[in-house]
Amino acid sequence: MTGATGRAAAIGGVERDPHARPGALTPPGATPIVRALELEKYYGSNHVLRGVTLEVYPGETVCLIGKSGSGKSTLLRCINFLEEPTVGVIEVDGIRLAADPLRARSRAHREEIRQIRLRAQMVFQEFNLFPHLRVIENLIEAPMRVKGVRRRQAIETAEKFLEKVGLSEKRDEYPSRLSGGEKQRVAIARALTMEPKVLLFDEPTSALDPTLVGEVLVVMEDLAHEGATMIVVTHEMSFAREAADRVCFIDGGTFVEVGLPEDVLSRPSDPRTQEFLARTRLG
Amino acid sequence: MSWGAGSYAPQEPADQLRIGHRAEIVRQVEDARRRSRLRFRGTFLLTWLVLIGALVVAIGSTGRVHIDFVSEWAPFILGGVPVTIFVSVMSILFATVFALVGALGRLSRIAPVYAAASLYVSLVRGTPLIVQIIFWYGALPQFGVVLPPLVAGIFALSFNYGAYMTEIFRAGIQAIPRGQLEAASALGMTDGVTMRRIVLPQAIRIVIPAIGNEFIAMIKDSALVSYVTIQETFWRASTTGSRSFRMFETLLIAALIYWALTIVFSLVQERLEKRMAESEVRL
Repeated sequence: MTGATGRAAAIGGVERDPHARPGALTPPGATPIVRALELEKYYGSNHVLRGVTLEVYPGETVCLIGKSGSGKSTLLRCINFLEEPTVGVIEVDGIRLAADPLRARSRAHREEIRQIRLRAQMVFQEFNLFPHLRVIENLIEAPMRVKGVRRRQAIETAEKFLEKVGLSEKRDEYPSRLSGGEKQRVAIARALTMEPKVLLFDEPTSALDPTLVGEVLVVMEDLAHEGATMIVVTHEMSFAREAADRVCFIDGGTFVEVGLPEDVLSRPSDPRTQEFLARTRLG
Repeated sequence: MSWGAGSYAPQEPADQLRIGHRAEIVRQVEDARRRSRLRFRGTFLLTWLVLIGALVVAIGSTGRVHIDFVSEWAPFILGGVPVTIFVSVMSILFATVFALVGALGRLSRIAPVYAAASLYVSLVRGTPLIVQIIFWYGALPQFGVVLPPLVAGIFALSFNYGAYMTEIFRAGIQAIPRGQLEAASALGMTDGVTMRRIVLPQAIRIVIPAIGNEFIAMIKDSALVSYVTIQETFWRASTTGSRSFRMFETLLIAALIYWALTIVFSLVQERLEKRMAESEVRL
C-alpha cells in the first residue's frame, strides 16, 4: 500500500518531493479548482449537510472521513450534482452553479450540471462498469459519445490509462470476468479517459475483498503523488495518512476538524474526532 | 432408507472408517440417483404414449374418422404454416416497436406522454383481441380507410401484443440498477445517450426470454386473423372442415400443427436462454 512512497513527482518541470509538505503539489498562488460553498442538503426533514464549505486546490488530495451517515458521501455527490444540494454553490474549474432544486430538471440547468460532471469525474463504491461492454468499450464510450472524440483517438487514450492501472491485458474482457479490484481499477481508468480536473472517489475500496484493497489504493496513491486533484471519501486511514494533503473529519453534516493528516489523524483536538479514530482503530 | 441400489448396509463401525468403503457409498448413491432419473423419464414417455394411443384407438374405433380425407386435405392445411409463421414473426417484430415506444412513454416524466402511453395500454388490454382485429379490418372502412387483410391482421396483433409487452419492457428497463444510470450521467452522458447506449442494450437482454414466451403465444393467437380472411393454418382448416362437414379431421390437423410449432419454438427459446446464461456478458 505504500508503493509510491518516496516517489518524486514532476509538476511544471520542477522535481518536488510530495511528502516534503502536504499541498506541495499545488502551484503557488493557485486558486481553488473546486469550491463547495455553504452547502445545505435536506432529505425531507432530515438535515444531512449543514452549511459545509470545502475548497480544493489543484494538485491537492483531500480525504473526507467520518461515520456512516455523517454526510461525507452526500457532500461528494453534491459536488457533481448526483445529489442536488438544497442550498449552496458549487464551482468546478470556473463553472459556477448555484443549487436550485426547484428548476433542477430544466434543460439549461441540466446542461450546466453536465459541464460540471465532465470536469469532476466520479469513481463509485460499486464500480458501476457497464456489463454489456468490454473493458475497452467501457473506456471509449463516454469520450466518443460525450466529447465527440474520434474512435482511434479514444482507443489510444483508453489504452494509455489501462496501462496506467496495470490492466492492458484485460482490454477485451467483459467486466464479469474481472475481480473486484480489477473492476475498480478499470473504473478509475474510465474516469481518467474523460481527462477531468478533479476525481471524486466515493468509498472506492469499501465493496472490495480485503485482499484486493491494496491494488486499488496503490493506483490512487500514484495518482495523488502525480498531482491529480482528488477528493476521496474513505475509511482507509492508511491511505489518508499516506496520500492526503488535507483530511476533513465530518460529523452531523459539518466539518468538525480539518487539517494535515498527521494532525487530524495522530493528534486530533476535537473529542468527536478522537472517538471516531479510536473506534476505527479498534474495528 | 432405500436407494433401490441394493447392497449397501452399514455394519461394523470399522467398515465405516475405511476410505474405500466411503468411495463405494458415494458411487452407489450416484448410481441410484441416475437410475431414478432415468426411470422417471421412461415412465413419463410411456404415460404419454399410453394416453395418446388410447385416445387414437377410442376415436378410431368409432369408425367415423376418414383417413383418406385427412391425407387428401392435410397438405392444403399444412400450406398455411408459412403464413402462420410469417404473420407471427412480423407481428412480434412490430409489437416490439410498439412496446418500446409504449415503455418509454410509461417511464416518461412528461405528463401527456405518460398519459398517452397509459391510455394505449389500458384501452388495448381492456378489450378483446378479436374485437380489435375485426375493428381494424371491418370498422375502419366506414371512415374510408381500407386496410388489406394481411396489413390489418398484422397491425392488430402487433398493436395488441405491443400493449402487453409494454409492461414487460418497462419492467426490463426498470431492472437496470440505479448505479448504471449514475455512472452514465457522472460521465456526462445525456438522458438520450444513456437510454440508447447503456440502458436499452441491457434491458433487451433481460427481456428476450419474455419476448420468446410472447412469440409462442402469438403463434396460437395468430389463428384469430382467419377472421379477416388471411389464409393461415386455422382458416384453411375451418374452411375445409365446414365445406365438407368434416370439422373433426381438419381441426385435429390444425391443432397438431400448432402444437408442433409451439414445441419447436419452445425448444429454440430454451436453447437461446441457455446460450445467454452461459454468455460472459453478465448483467
